[in-house]
Amino acid sequence: MTATVEKKLHDCRDAWVETLVELGEADPRIVAVVNDSVGSSKLAPFQSAFPERLVNVGIAEQDMVGVGAGLANGGKIPFVSAASCFLTARAMEQVKVDAAYSQHHMVLVGQSPGMAYGELGPTHHSIEDLAWLRILPGLTVIVPADPEETRQAVRWAAQHDGPVFIRVSRMGVPDVSPAGYEFAPGKAVTLRDGSDVTLVACGTVVGRALEAADLLASQGVSARVLNMPTLNPIDHEAILAAAAQTKGIVTVEEALTSGLGGAVAELVSERHPTRVRRLGVTTFAPTGTAEWLLDHFGMSPQAIAASAAELVSS
Amino acid sequence: MTVEEDLVPEVHVEDVPKDVFSVIGRVPEGAPREEAIAFLRDAARAVRKRDIQMVSAAGLGHIGGEYSVIDILVTLYLHSLRMGPELLGDPERDRFILSKGHAAAALYTTLAAAGFIDPDDLSTFMQPLSQLNGHPARTKIAAVEASTGPLGHGLPIAVGTAIAGKIDGSARRTFVVTGDGELQEGSNWEAMMTAGNHGLANLCVIVDRNRLQQGAKVEDTNDLEPLPDKLRAFGMEVVELTGHDHGALMDAFAQVPAASGKPTAIIAHTVKGNPISFMSNNVAWHHKVPTPEQVAQAIEELEQS
Repeated sequence: MTATVEKKLHDCRDAWVETLVELGEADPRIVAVVNDSVGSSKLAPFQSAFPERLVNVGIAEQDMVGVGAGLANGGKIPFVSAASCFLTARAMEQVKVDAAYSQHHMVLVGQSPGMAYGELGPTHHSIEDLAWLRILPGLTVIVPADPEETRQAVRWAAQHDGPVFIRVSRMGVPDVSPAGYEFAPGKAVTLRDGSDVTLVACGTVVGRALEAADLLASQGVSARVLNMPTLNPIDHEAILAAAAQTKGIVTVEEALTSGLGGAVAELVSERHPTRVRRLGVTTFAPTGTAEWLLDHFGMSPQAIAASAAELVSS
Repeated sequence: MTVEEDLVPEVHVEDVPKDVFSVIGRVPEGAPREEAIAFLRDAARAVRKRDIQMVSAAGLGHIGGEYSVIDILVTLYLHSLRMGPELLGDPERDRFILSKGHAAAALYTTLAAAGFIDPDDLSTFMQPLSQLNGHPARTKIAAVEASTGPLGHGLPIAVGTAIAGKIDGSARRTFVVTGDGELQEGSNWEAMMTAGNHGLANLCVIVDRNRLQQGAKVEDTNDLEPLPDKLRAFGMEVVELTGHDHGALMDAFAQVPAASGKPTAIIAHTVKGNPISFMSNNVAWHHKVPTPEQVAQAIEELEQS
C-alpha cells in the first residue's frame, strides 16, 4: 500500500484565526462575537489586534447569536464563534430566526464539532449540528476538510451577503485540497476519480476516505473520492453523476448519519436510486478519544474500505 | 359553542367601515408640546381603529397586546425616532425593534401612518402571499429591523445593534419593546447583563407592562417583581411612566442616551385592550377576534375617547 495522504496534521482553528485577522485588517466591519470562548476559538490574536471588535457576551449563547444579528443590522460583519455543541443546541431558535429566516450577513462558526471533545462525553459532542443546520432554508453550511479549505470558506463567508455556518475542527487533519484549489459554494471537489464506488466525505474524515481509497485500489476496487464541503446547498450534479457512474455511494462524516448521509440519500432516492451506505455516528457515544471514537463508529480507513468493498460485491 | 367555533368567528368584512384611516405623517417639526401630544392622540386613535378592522377582517390577531403598545409605537414613529421613510437604509438611522412580534398589526398600522407602508396594503394582513405576516419579517418590509415572533429575540438583537453604534462612535439610538410576560424568557436577562456591562447608553428597552400574558396575569404565572429593582441591578437607568401618556413617552425618549451612561429601561404601565371597555385588562382578549358588533362598539368608544 502506498499512502498518498501527507501525514502532517493541522488544527484548522489556526487557519480560521489567521484568516479572520487578515480579514479584520482589510475591513473594519469584521467583528467577532464569543461566549467566553476566546481561548477555545483561538481568537487571542484577533483580540489583541482589534480589542474593540471582539464582543464577549459570556456564557450566554442565545444572547450571542442575537447580538450577532444586531451587529449585522448595525453594519458589521459578525463572526459568531463558539463550541458547536452550544452554538447550535442552545441557540437553535436564534440560528433559525435571527440568522437563517432573517437573512442577515452573519457567520456562525461551530468550533470543535463532532467528536473533538471525545473524552468529555455526548453533552460536548456536536453530532447533531449537520443534520439540524443543513435543513434550514437560506443558511449556507460549510464543513471544511483542511486548513486551505477553512481559509477559503472564511474568506467566502465574509463577502457573502447572507448567513453562513462554518464547522471548524480542532482534530488533526492532513492537507487534502489539491494544488490551486478554489472553494466554490455548493460544489464537490473530486479528489480522486474512480468507477466502482464513490466515497463522499466532509470535514475531518476526508483524509480517512482517501486512505480507504488507497486500500481499495490495492484490492482492485476503483473508488471515486468526493470532498463535499458544502451541505447546503449540496452538489446535486456530482452526487447524481456518482449514482449513475459507480455502483454505489458510501458517505463518511464526523456526525450523525442524518447530516451528509441524509442529504445524499434523500437526493438519490428521488432522482437516481442507488445503494447508499452511510458511515458516521449512530448513537450517543461511549467515552474515548476523538480518533478512537471515529474508529469505533466504523470510520477507520480499513472499515470504510470494507464497507465500500462489500457494497460493490453485494 | 365548540372550541372550533370560538377560534374561527364569523367575520363580515363588508360590515367594517373603511374610511377611518389615511396616512398621517410625523408630528410637524417644531410643534409646541401640547400640539404634538394632540397630534399623537389623534394618530393613535386612527391606528387603533384600523388595527381592529385588520384583526377582524383577518380573523386572527392579538388585539389586546396591540392596544397596550400602540401609544408607544405611535410616539416613537411619528415623533421621537430619528427614522423616516427617507432614512430607510441610512446607517445613521435610529433603530426600533418590536420584540413582542405578535403585536404585528399595531406595528404595520403605525408604519402605514408614518408612511413606510401603503395603507391599502393593510387590508392584505395575513392573507396568502401578503408581506404583512402574522409576525413581522425583516426580509419582507424594509422598515422592519428584525424578524420577531418567538419571544426573547428582540432585546439581544437590539444589544448587538447598540454595540455596533458604540463601536462606530455614532449618535444613533436603538429602541426595543418587549412584553412584560416576555421577560420570562431567559435570553432577555442574558442581553440585559450584556447591555449593562457594556454601558449601552444608546439603548432603550421599553417594557409594555400590561400585567397580562396569554393565559393569565403575569404575577400569577411567573411573577417579575420587583421589576424596577431587577432592572437597576442589571445596570439600567429605570424610568416608570404611563404607557398611554404621549407626553411622558416623548419626554422619556428624549432622555436617551441617558446622562448616566447606562442603558435606559422604561417600564411603561399599560392596560391590555386600552381604552375599550370590554377588552381593557381582560385576559380573554389576548388573541380573541372581535365580532363586527364589537368592532363597531370599539370604534364608537374610540371616537368618544
